[in-house]
Amino acid sequence: MVGIALAVNQIKDMFAVVMLAGIYGLVSASFFVAMDAVDVAFTEASVGAGISTLLMLTTVAMTGRTEHEASHKPLLALILVAITGGLLIYGTFDMPYFGSADAAVHNHVAPRYIYDSMKEIGVPNMVTSVLASYRGFDTFGEVTVIFTAGIGVLALLSVAQRPKDDAAIEAINDSMHEKHLILRVAIKTMIPFILLYAFYVQFHGDYGPGGGFQAGVIFAAAIIMYAMLFGLSAARRVITQPFVQLLSALGVLLYGSVGVVSMINGGSFLDYSVLAADPIAGQHLGILIIELGVGLTVASVMIIIFFSFSARREYQQANKGASL
Amino acid sequence: MLVHLPILQVIVPLIAAPACLILRRPKLVWLFALFASSLAFIISILLLQQVMTAGTISYELGGWSPPWGIEYRIDKLNAFIALIISGISTVVLLAAQTSIEKEIPKDKQPLFYILYLLSLSGMLGIVTTGDAFNVFVFLEISSLSAYSLIALGKDRRALWASFQYLIMGTIGATFILIGIGLMYQMTGTLNMADLAVRLPEVAETRTITTAYVFFIVGVCLKLALFPLHFWLPNAYAYAPSIVTAFFAATSTKVAAYLLIRFTFSIFGISFSFTTLPIETMFLVMGLLGIFIASTVAIYQDNIKHVFAYSSVAQVGYMIVGFSLSTPAGLTAMLLHMFNHALMKGALFMALVAIMYRVGSSKINDLQGLGRQMPLTVAAIVVGGLSLIGVPLTVGFVSKWYLVVAAIEKGWWWLAGLVLLGSLLAVIYVWRIVETAYFKAPILGQQPVKEAPMAILVPVWLLVSANVYFGIDTRFSVEIAASAAKSLFGVAQ
Repeated sequence: MVGIALAVNQIKDMFAVVMLAGIYGLVSASFFVAMDAVDVAFTEASVGAGISTLLMLTTVAMTGRTEHEASHKPLLALILVAITGGLLIYGTFDMPYFGSADAAVHNHVAPRYIYDSMKEIGVPNMVTSVLASYRGFDTFGEVTVIFTAGIGVLALLSVAQRPKDDAAIEAINDSMHEKHLILRVAIKTMIPFILLYAFYVQFHGDYGPGGGFQAGVIFAAAIIMYAMLFGLSAARRVITQPFVQLLSALGVLLYGSVGVVSMINGGSFLDYSVLAADPIAGQHLGILIIELGVGLTVASVMIIIFFSFSARREYQQANKGASL
Repeated sequence: MLVHLPILQVIVPLIAAPACLILRRPKLVWLFALFASSLAFIISILLLQQVMTAGTISYELGGWSPPWGIEYRIDKLNAFIALIISGISTVVLLAAQTSIEKEIPKDKQPLFYILYLLSLSGMLGIVTTGDAFNVFVFLEISSLSAYSLIALGKDRRALWASFQYLIMGTIGATFILIGIGLMYQMTGTLNMADLAVRLPEVAETRTITTAYVFFIVGVCLKLALFPLHFWLPNAYAYAPSIVTAFFAATSTKVAAYLLIRFTFSIFGISFSFTTLPIETMFLVMGLLGIFIASTVAIYQDNIKHVFAYSSVAQVGYMIVGFSLSTPAGLTAMLLHMFNHALMKGALFMALVAIMYRVGSSKINDLQGLGRQMPLTVAAIVVGGLSLIGVPLTVGFVSKWYLVVAAIEKGWWWLAGLVLLGSLLAVIYVWRIVETAYFKAPILGQQPVKEAPMAILVPVWLLVSANVYFGIDTRFSVEIAASAAKSLFGVAQ
């Protein structure tokens, strides 16, 4: 991991940097697996190695491949980084040893999550219990963060008018397609399986690693790959921009309304136990719905970001074509 | 519904935000956002009443008792700050539709309101929560929306300003997260009240010292405390005017709140003020901030820059109050947070009016504006007087309590320095007033009309609040003093 980080720092070719960043994500995912944190690893694999590589590639396509020479001397920054790093290492001196049984983390809050979550929530994957129920409000916050990111990108990048010269774009798309015939066929056969896998991850989150975040990202990745190889307008015919925006809002609203319903039923916000007559069934129902909300928002925001990026690029190219 | 007030405070604007996306029509979205913000304001008033009469309120999210679940904990301190935030947000929103019509393209207006509401709920979430990690989650919501709001500015430099803020803000947030992570590692809990109980056992470790340092540096970045303020002036100057009015009055208050909350309620006074030389450090930074930023403000030719640097200086006053580490000093700080929100709210709202009519906030473009927009310029005068600290305005109240707190500690020289700082404010305010009243309009420039009522009403609401709370100090002083006393654990 250190090696990759150094390489990212040195290489000037952005395409290579993006690929290395993807590899870095994958390596850290395996690192998390080695630490027995499969849920985190799964997220890192789908987000760090998967979708963010795709998005960065789109950015590189817009900005160009090579890095500009830095004009300033980064000495001060280096000193600051050294101080920060030194302080972090200083902080590790009094930390409990890795895996030590009497570390505070293992003795205070965690035991209840480990021993009682099956009884209280009835979900075998205790990470899901913590994420979706014990600390469900944090997850609500995180979904809102993702929603905010989507809206932010829309507010800054969305192009108001469609480029005038549709034919030029079609031409660009077509020229790209002929070059990538093999990829197109391969992706076309893979997409149904990716989508199916996304649904599996979505609804299997209670039992194994997975859940709304990962599923949403995987689902979005399938759509984005389609758009990359078949052109934005083809993908837009399947999923229109207003429709994804609506979905992203619906995901947050779905999550929020679970909370509101539990308040109306006499519990506190996001108390799933009051959603059904039997508390365990209520917890199941609540987690199912909020995971669905998470998945909806994550998938649609990823698609929004990609659409906005590449619509911008299309616009750039069309203008360039017109000026030539 | 009364028991749910703590959570409703945050989720009303939070759920209203995505709902805006469904409404779509800008005017409708504006009314809806205004409604949500007013509702949050009413809730914060009710909460403050409850807290003042019945004491701290705890609300268990998801029905899980803390420290296993997330707890919302409302005491005098955060009820007070939530009141400031939601109040300012509501008043500022009154003028939003009129102002952004000239500054933001129509198709982006609904998105503007969504981001505004998200930013509001992010700030309210940071303030009301009783859980350290939850603070971080809402910090992300408020920061992400803030970056996008600032980048919406018409001036292309807004993008660069927002990017700078993004980098600095992200570093700040990461430092805060590192601090919280290290605290969790040593105590095994994220609940603030629980942390306060469990931290003293491990307080002597280097890990906790590191956690504290990271947390404080992160918060100071967000607070724009000198010398970590570089992102602020441009972010305020190039953002849409209405956004500046909202953030200038609220966002540094949130960071100041975090500083108080973690220093007093979580790490505890004995740790915070004995382990590290934090008092001296804050005193020096605060004073440097007051003098350097005020001096820089004098030389700016964009009024937004003037007031932005003045904000950095005002943060200095708050931090000086904080560094006294006495109940009186903390009272002065809290009072100044409330009062500064009113001053900067009023001043930047007046600039919203000027941007609407003149389309520029350069000092030179103000020449002769005193006759053309008498009410707006008068608002700047009153706000400016308040900034200086003239009696009968809120500015005087803050300075008075700060000076008294300094004298109480026997630091006469500090009292003198605080008054000297006000003199610098006289200079930069006078430059604006002089240009507006005593310089003839530039030849050939079209005379402009007074700003529309939609902007004037909120401007003068804030201006009269400056005067009202400057004369009748019972409300603000009582809350600030009793919040400060309870943070110091003094019996009332």
